[in-house]
Amino acid sequence: MTLVPTGSQTIGPFFREALERPAWSDLTRDGAAGETIRIEGVVRDGDGAPVPDALLEIWQADADGRYTHPDDIGPVPRDRLFRGFGRACTDADGRYWFRTVVPGAVAGPDGVAQAPHANLTIFARGLLKRLVTRIYFADRANENARDPLLSSIADADVRATLIAQRTDHANAPAVYRFDVVLQGAGETAFLAI
Amino acid sequence: MIAPPGYAREREGTQPPYDYPPYTSTIKRHPTRALIDAPHTLSEVTGPTFDDLWCGPNAADLTRVRGRGGEAQGQRIIVSGRVVDEAGRPVRGTLVEVWQANAAGRYHHGSDLHDAPLDPNFTGAGQVVTDDVGRYRFLTIRPGAYPWRNTYNAWRPAHIHFSVFGPSFATRLITQMYFEGDPLLATDPVFHSIPDSAARERLIAAYDPNLSEAEYALGYAWDIVLRGRLETPAERAR
Repeated sequence: MTLVPTGSQTIGPFFREALERPAWSDLTRDGAAGETIRIEGVVRDGDGAPVPDALLEIWQADADGRYTHPDDIGPVPRDRLFRGFGRACTDADGRYWFRTVVPGAVAGPDGVAQAPHANLTIFARGLLKRLVTRIYFADRANENARDPLLSSIADADVRATLIAQRTDHANAPAVYRFDVVLQGAGETAFLAI
Repeated sequence: MIAPPGYAREREGTQPPYDYPPYTSTIKRHPTRALIDAPHTLSEVTGPTFDDLWCGPNAADLTRVRGRGGEAQGQRIIVSGRVVDEAGRPVRGTLVEVWQANAAGRYHHGSDLHDAPLDPNFTGAGQVVTDDVGRYRFLTIRPGAYPWRNTYNAWRPAHIHFSVFGPSFATRLITQMYFEGDPLLATDPVFHSIPDSAARERLIAAYDPNLSEAEYALGYAWDIVLRGRLETPAERAR
C-alpha cells in the first residue's frame, strides 16, 4: 500500500448529462426472481428542504442473498437476470425511486447472517464526498433484531432511520418508504465504510 | 464462511470533510452525527461489474456529438491515465464517466444559467471502461472556468468531473481533475477542502507531450488511485 487514494470532490449540480440513466432506476428491467417492490423517498437538507440535485445508487443482493460479483462464492445459484445495481436522480421535489426485489439475507462477519438490506450511496452538491447508508425492511423485524450492524447502534431513534416502512397496494408492488435526511432532526444514520 | 478481506480505511487528511464552511453548500448538507463504523462484509467488498456493454458502448470522443457533423469549439486535449489501487495494481474493466463545461465555461444542463454560449457540438459527457492495464483515454476540449455564487466574484478553476467504480461498493469515487498552472486553484474552496497538500496536488493533471498528438491535440496525464484491498487477516483493521 504505497499510493494514496485520490481525494473525493463534490459531484456538483451539473452531472445529469453524464450520469442520469433513467433505466437504471429499475433493477428488475431484465427480469428478476423474488417479490418486486418499489423503494421511494425524499432527500432533505438541514432546513427540511428537498434536495433536487442528488444522485443515489443502490447495491444489493438478489432474492436469494447472492451478489452479482465474483467475490460472492455462496452456494446458492445466482439470479442471472438481476444485476443488483441501481442509480436514480432526485427530482425537483427531492424524490427518488427504485424498482427492485427484496434482497435475501447475506453472510455477515463471524458467520452471523445480515438482515436483508440494500446498500445506498448519496452524492450531491454540498457533499464533498459521498454518504453511505443501508436500507433495511420494517417487516423483517426478527432478522433486523439480530443484524450485526443494526445491533451495534444503541440509540433506537438512530437505528430507526435505517428501516424502510412498508405500504401494500392492491395490484401494484409494495412500496417501502426510505427518506434520507442529510442533517438535523431525524438525521439518517450514515456509515463509515 | 470466512469473511472476505476488506479495504484499507481512509488516511488522515487525504479526503475532504463533510463540514467545510468555505464551500457554503456544505453548511446545510453535512451530517452532524459521527459516522457509524461499519465492518467490511460481503455487501461492501462486492459491487457492480461492467465487463460487458451493460453500461453502453464507450464514448471517448467528446469533441463530436453523435448524429451531428460539427466539431466542438475549443482547444482539443487528450486526457489519459490509469486507474490503479493503492498497491499500484491496475483496476481493469471499470466504468469511468466524465462530464465538464464547454470551452466558454458553460454546462449542457438546464440549471446552468451562466451567461456564456452553449456549443451545439458539445454535451460534455463521456464514458469508457478501463482496459487490461487500467487505462482510460478521452479526447475532449479544455473546459472553461466559470463563475459560481459561493462567494462574491468566485470562479471555479477549469476541471473535469470523474466518476469511477472500482471493484467494490467500498471503492466508489467521484472527484474532479484540474489543470496544471491554473491560477484559480489558489482560492478554490472545493480543491482546498482536502487538507493534505500532497493529496490535493494529485488532483492536478500534468501536461504530457507524450500524450499529445502533433498538430492536433495537447496531452494531459492523470492517474486515479482507488482504495486497496487488505490481503491477510493480520492486516484487517477490524
